[in-house]
Amino acid sequence: MSWRTIPAALLNRPLPAAVTVSAVIALSSYSVAHFPRSILVFLLFQASILLLYFARIGPWLKGALAVLTLGILMPVLGTINGYYLEVAIQVGIFVALALGLNIVVGLAGLLDLGYVAFFAVGAYTWAIFGSPQANKFISEAVLKFPLAPEWFFAFLVAGVIMGAVTGILLGLPVLRLRGDYLAIVTLGFGEVIRVLANNLDKPINFTNGPKGITPIQRPPLFFQPLLNALGIDAPATALYPLYLYFLVLLIVGVVTLVNRRLEDSHIGRAWEAIREDEVAAQAMGVPLVRLKLMAFACGASFAGVVGVLFSAKQVFINPESFTFLESIGVLAMIILGGMGSIPGAILGATAVTVLNLQVLKGLSLWLNELRNAGVTILGYNLADLPTQLEPAKYERMIFGAILVLMVILRPQGIIPSRRRTRELGEK
Amino acid sequence: MTALLEARKVTKRFGGLTALSQVDLDLEEGCIASIIGPNGAGKTTLFNLFTGMYPADEGEVTFRGNSLLGLTPDQITALGVCRTFQNIRLFANMTVIENILVGMHSRVPLALWHVLARGPKFHREETRLWARAAELLDVVGLRAKANELARNLPYGDQRRLEVARALASAPSLLLLDEPTAGMTQGEAQELMALLRRLIGDYGLTILLIEHNMRVVMEVSDRVTVLDYGEKIAEGKPAEVQKNARVVEAYLGRKKWGRAAEAEHA
Repeated sequence: MSWRTIPAALLNRPLPAAVTVSAVIALSSYSVAHFPRSILVFLLFQASILLLYFARIGPWLKGALAVLTLGILMPVLGTINGYYLEVAIQVGIFVALALGLNIVVGLAGLLDLGYVAFFAVGAYTWAIFGSPQANKFISEAVLKFPLAPEWFFAFLVAGVIMGAVTGILLGLPVLRLRGDYLAIVTLGFGEVIRVLANNLDKPINFTNGPKGITPIQRPPLFFQPLLNALGIDAPATALYPLYLYFLVLLIVGVVTLVNRRLEDSHIGRAWEAIREDEVAAQAMGVPLVRLKLMAFACGASFAGVVGVLFSAKQVFINPESFTFLESIGVLAMIILGGMGSIPGAILGATAVTVLNLQVLKGLSLWLNELRNAGVTILGYNLADLPTQLEPAKYERMIFGAILVLMVILRPQGIIPSRRRTRELGEK
Repeated sequence: MTALLEARKVTKRFGGLTALSQVDLDLEEGCIASIIGPNGAGKTTLFNLFTGMYPADEGEVTFRGNSLLGLTPDQITALGVCRTFQNIRLFANMTVIENILVGMHSRVPLALWHVLARGPKFHREETRLWARAAELLDVVGLRAKANELARNLPYGDQRRLEVARALASAPSLLLLDEPTAGMTQGEAQELMALLRRLIGDYGLTILLIEHNMRVVMEVSDRVTVLDYGEKIAEGKPAEVQKNARVVEAYLGRKKWGRAAEAEHA
């Protein structure tokens, strides 16, 4: 009996699976409510969502449990410990980014190392017009900025369009490039956008340069009167994180749906054909130019829309948020999760963000506590540990190590893309 | 009979090398024509010109009266000319049936918004595509392997899948680049029997590059011989077989042989 037998027995048959998953979700969320500061139990809660994904239970039950965990339990736990909601929002933002990059790199096979540029374009689109910044190049007599918060929703659409347009602008000159050459040009493009953001403060001040833009309008609390009418008197500061969480959840939901529909259509198949063999794909009637541009535009539009959300959430943005390392980070997420795999991209983005925001920071805190308490392990006093030893600072090194290990041990990613099969019937 | 494909004085140079020089070719509808010639004679280059993979330096190629030069490969496929490759170029990490579905791309009447909305038209088209793909797999006998990855197929199956994938674009002219390479004589005969059936069933015209002479002589209505980028002979298989220049191109010039005699005659 191998170690795999027990989880398989629990997850593969519907009834035991349903019971196990429900129990784990209930137990973990109960624990989070009781130990709101323990990272371990929150990780357990996240693991229960993963368990739910793998459990072989009916789609309706699975959907209901997903709504319960993500739609109810997560926000409730988030009001107990506000940081968890912040983590969840950031996870959502990176999931959407990873899904967008998954189209370009995972499906169409176009290695894009400047993906964060589209995120920046979306973010600046709202930042400039959702703050007084726009009045630095548009006279106040014409229009007084910032725009009203209600414009945020129009700018979500604008983010999609701006992302798509920049995607096509990048796509056009690199149509003939493949592999390494494409990677270098996209890398350069990402840098160009960041440098532009850094320097477009003169002669006309568009981006306010390295100082960044602030304050950026948050999304409108259009439902507040309704809450008041219901007798719920919540302050805006308490509402915003929850509100942003649901907005992110909605965007991730839409992005996932769009991604799945594209993947499972003639467009997705053509992208994969381009990835497999560009020349053969074109010879079989796939219009290369159109589909490559479409891949760039689709991937970029996802980044554009979450960029708008990101700037509204942060209230302040500057070019530092859109460095080359961010592009590499998103790429690492989809490599970790599995190229061309939607659940892989989601898992990869979650794992990397959580590792980054919680696990490493948690380890640092824990180590500090041990150090301060002067605990002795095996005759070694931890107070003597050098202060430089702080896991949170080794983020990049640890990612590097994880990527190297992945490439050696499981190059297809944690959840590799599965070929869709269909029963064709006998003949 | 009308000419389906016409090539006039087609010339292609790669730097100092003239790969094709002033080649004329007429292809009649509903026939199987073969191009033969020693290695490096320019056969595949001719295919690459017909399918838009290279631009021609001189000359004109028309298909049903439309000029093909200057069009991209996908536009040419949409017009009804599709090809296979000498070195198999399947989409290795996609399943057998997905390979066929990609081949149908130019015949899918769906736009981006159909895909995103997933309305009834999308479902209808998808069902139709999968059904037709399954049908094509029946034709080449690969239905049982529909869900296998293309790279896991045995060699002969990969060749047949390439033919099926090209057929998926509903071409009226099929260009096959050494379809029987690496096959046993039996497999080659089978494939040729299939091709002959296709001509009847789908109203196809086939242009073949082939080294297997037994196959060429058996199935071709017409044979064109290229050597060093020039057309040296053309005609019915039996005529070409006897042509002195052809024998010379393949076997070399003999000092005291039939070829030499023929030249003096």
